[in-house]
Parts: sequence; C-alpha cells; structure tokens
Amino acid sequence: MDILVCVKRVPTVGGKIAVTPDGQEVDTRMSGFTISPHEECAVEEAVQITERLGGSVSVLTLGPEVAIEQLRDALALGASRAVLLETDGREFGPMATAAAIAAEVRAHGYDLVLLGNEASDTGDYQVGIRLAHELGWPVATGIKNLSVSPGAVVARREYRGVEEAYELALPAVITVKEGINLPRYPSLPGRLRAKRAAVERTSVTWTPEGLRKESLRVPASSRHQAAVLGNGVDAVPELVRVLDELGILSRAGDTS
Amino acid sequence: MTVLCLVELDGPEPADASLRALTLGRTLGDASVRAVVFADSANVPAAVLADYGVTDVYVIEPSTLEGYAPQAWARVLAGLAAETGATAVLAAGTDRGNEVLAHLGAITGLPMAANCTLVTPDGGRTHRIVRHRWAGLLFEDAVLEAPIALFTVATDSVAPVPADVANGAGSDVSAETPVSGGAIQVHVHKPELAEADLRVRATESPTRAGGASLATARVVIGGGRGVGGPDGFAPLEELAGLLGGVVGVSRVVTSEGWRPHRQQVGQTGTKITPELYLACGISGAIQHIAGCAGAKHIVAINTDPGAPILAHADYAVIGDLHQVIPALIAALRAR
Repeated sequence: MDILVCVKRVPTVGGKIAVTPDGQEVDTRMSGFTISPHEECAVEEAVQITERLGGSVSVLTLGPEVAIEQLRDALALGASRAVLLETDGREFGPMATAAAIAAEVRAHGYDLVLLGNEASDTGDYQVGIRLAHELGWPVATGIKNLSVSPGAVVARREYRGVEEAYELALPAVITVKEGINLPRYPSLPGRLRAKRAAVERTSVTWTPEGLRKESLRVPASSRHQAAVLGNGVDAVPELVRVLDELGILSRAGDTS
Repeated sequence: MTVLCLVELDGPEPADASLRALTLGRTLGDASVRAVVFADSANVPAAVLADYGVTDVYVIEPSTLEGYAPQAWARVLAGLAAETGATAVLAAGTDRGNEVLAHLGAITGLPMAANCTLVTPDGGRTHRIVRHRWAGLLFEDAVLEAPIALFTVATDSVAPVPADVANGAGSDVSAETPVSGGAIQVHVHKPELAEADLRVRATESPTRAGGASLATARVVIGGGRGVGGPDGFAPLEELAGLLGGVVGVSRVVTSEGWRPHRQQVGQTGTKITPELYLACGISGAIQHIAGCAGAKHIVAINTDPGAPILAHADYAVIGDLHQVIPALIAALRAR
C-alpha cells in the first residue's frame, strides 16, 4: 500500500489573527507555522494503515522552500519520503494545486492519496476533488472513519445525524477531517530521522485562475466586551432574568 | 438570467443553510432563482421555496437517482446549468454543498468560491465576492471571473429571509400569517447519468448519537478545559436537556479524549448558529470563536475575567462553572 499524503504549511494562530498592512497575507511576525490540522490527521491515518498493511507513506507539500519544515514534521510522525513542489511563494489556487499534485501522482504511482478536507487558511474545499477528476479516480471527502483493505476502502462520515458509508475501489482520493484519529507525538528517533532525510524537490509554475484574491481583512465584530452579570452563584438570578429576556426559557420545551 | 441553487432538505423542510443560500442567490440582480432538489416530488417544500423567491423547482426523484452520489448530483447541476443558460450555480456551504460544487467545478473546468457572504454581478462574466477564509475569522475580497459563477454560501453569515419580507411588503406580517410567494413551477427532471458518476454513493444508516444536531440546535451548552475531565459533563447535559439544547465542546476536550469529536464546536469541528451559546470554562481560542460566532447570543461562564471569550460574548458570569451550573439548574427547576 503506497500512500501519498498532501499537507499544507499554514500560520499558527492562537489568540488573534491579523493581516499584513498590504492586506495580502496573515501577519505571521508573532506566530509560527504548522501543518493544517485535518492534514496532520491524514499523516497519522496513513502511518497507521501502513503499520497494519505494510507499504510506504510519502508526504507532499506545495509551497516555498521554507515549507520543508512541515515535510520534516510529517516525516517525524512516520512518513518515509518527502516531496516539495516548490513555488516562488505566491499563493496557488486550487486548480493549479490539484494539477501539480496530479503530475506527481502520475509520475510515482500510488494506491491512495490522502488530503485534509479543507486547508485551515484558504478553505477552498476542492483540491482533493479536483485532483480525483484529474486522475479519473473515485473520491470521498470529509471522512472521519476509514477501513482500508488491499483493493478497496470503506470511508465513513456523518451528515445530519445519519452515517454515510462510501465504498471505493483503489486507487482513490480521500479527504479526512480532524477526529478520524488522535495524531501521535513525534518520537525522538522520528525527529532525528526527519532531520536527516532527503527531500525531493520539483519546481512548479504559478498560473492565474478565475478566482482572484484582492485583499484580506478582519471582519468588524458586532460584539464587544461582555457585560458582566456578577460573580459566582450570586449572579444566577440575573443570569436567569437575562436568559428569560432573550426568549430562551419560554421556548425551552419546544424541541423536546 | 437564471440562477440555480441546490437545496438540501432537513426532514420535510428546506435546510436552514439552503434558505440562507437562496436569500443570497436572490440578490444576483434581476435573476430568477430556480431550485434543484433531490427528493420525491410529493415531498418538495414548494410553498417555502416560493416564499424565498424560487420560480421553478427541478426535482430529481429517487427512481432516477437513489441516495446521495456527489458526482452524479454535480452532473445533474451541470446539465441543468447548460439547459437553462444559468449565469450562476450555488449551494449552501455544508459538507454536501461544498462537495457537490467542487465536483461541478472539476466537471466544468470552472473556478468555485467556497463559503461566500456576498456576491455581486459586476458586468459580463465577472462577480465581486466576499468569502470566508480561516472559517470566517478573515474575509477575502475577490473577483470571480467565469461564464458561470460557481459558489457556496457560508452557513453562519447570511440570515435566511423570505422574499416578500425582504421586499418590505411583509414587514408587519406576524409570524402566524403565511407569507405568500409567487407562482412556482415544479418540474420532474430525469437526467441521463453515466456509470462513472454513480460509482461513489452513500449508504446511509442512523447513528447511535441521534437527538438534535449540533449544527442546527437552538441552544448549545459549551464545555471547555474548565470542565476538568470526562466526568464533569453531566451538569452540562442536564442543563442542555432543560433548555432543549445539546452539549458542544472545545478542541482541547476532544483532543484529550473527554468527549467524541462530533461534539466539537470550532473551525475543525462544527459551526453552530443557535439562539444561545452558553460557553462554560472555555477560554476562547480563535478557532473556537470561528465555530460559535454565528450564535445569536453568547453567554460565558469563566473564572478568568480576562479570558478571550469575554471579548466575543454578550454577557458573562465570573465564576466556577462547577458551582454556577448546578445553581442555574436549581433556579430553572424552581421556576
């Protein structure tokens, strides 16, 4: 079972998010970078599958040279091979990204390609699907449970309280969501191996797409600092009054 | 001009997220909005769709296409877009909506803009859009240039408003008076589908979870690190039961394994739109705010008056949830 996992380098944001003065990027002067969360789970899932069935896990990212940091993070979690599709730093759209990944998949050959359901920064929700169409492979998205056997996968997710199961013949593309597993912490030997590992590099050329970013901004919040109703249990009568005023209590039984 | 909107159903009604999509779709100039529904034609909520300004409904019945098959649904939309000369095709920014529109983008070779909050025709093949990045923590102003604009509508931003109400005619109509929509035509549509479009198809079975869905619950009681462990959630469940709501949790709670991931509110979990979000012992990481900002009212219970969640809440109680929640339950039971 040869698996390719696609990850993306995204800023680590915690308490707040800010935009650079030119409105083109997230301001990362005060933050680091990480693998987008769904994709960290994709790496873990791939490692678990090969631990059971054998095979190899390759990890790929499309980004500037500094994105090698995220490839090494994935190598430390158990991936054995790393591929950088190297850009000049410009943001690739989902169509160009899918086309570049498809070229690598055709050149190397894989049984399964795993991606995150959506990148946490751009949230385009489409690279995995466009990749599958480029390759002519079946695809399932938003997956939170995956059973892999040598020729096929059963992929499951929830939709409005209903479990959906998809059966796909391999090779296939699967996009996963956080919750499919709990990613392990990298081991010390894993980190050392990742540090020394070679990274295969291929340059990719930016192409324009029909959806063009003009600028990013932090939306104006309709909320300001909360009105404090009081301290501890003494605040409960006031809390009940506010909940009543908001109409929460009068209709509480409606949905039961 | 024709605008096509994929409408998902939630039981017998259009899904709330689809009503939001229709509300945005209606603003695309003088466009006539046509809905596409995958259901038995006897179960199509035509009256509600008419209220939202839909002039035509294309129904794909189970005898034509049984169950959810994302690529087949996209193929149907592609066919209808060509047939009606649509200038835009949209869906709600749900798991299914984003998935089907992404397939449609791949099938047609056109760009797709996910989770828009504003779409404005700008002449010819151009639309100006505002869309979510970082699950809505950032807005992107962008230009979408394509012969057919493909996009989804953020599920927690555009309020669902019937057409007549939006036009002002129904502004003083009480909730009990039905708002009458225009005439609506229902077409049973029987597309040709290729085998390849049907190879990925959902087999559905009820989950053990059941109950009200987090995404559409009217009240959500949120629990975070302050709950203290897997055993601390019983009072939150009890309060949720009293208020007709459900429990949601922060990311740390699921990554610690205290509660299942399906209860997570946030960027990598579920985005919620309740009347009330009561955030208990949740500090308010920005990814959590992305999931709950669509709540109508937010009340925080936190021991720390400096917790970031207070900057995003309407009201706050400064105190220990382990004392405040039982007292609140007692006060509600005494009413």
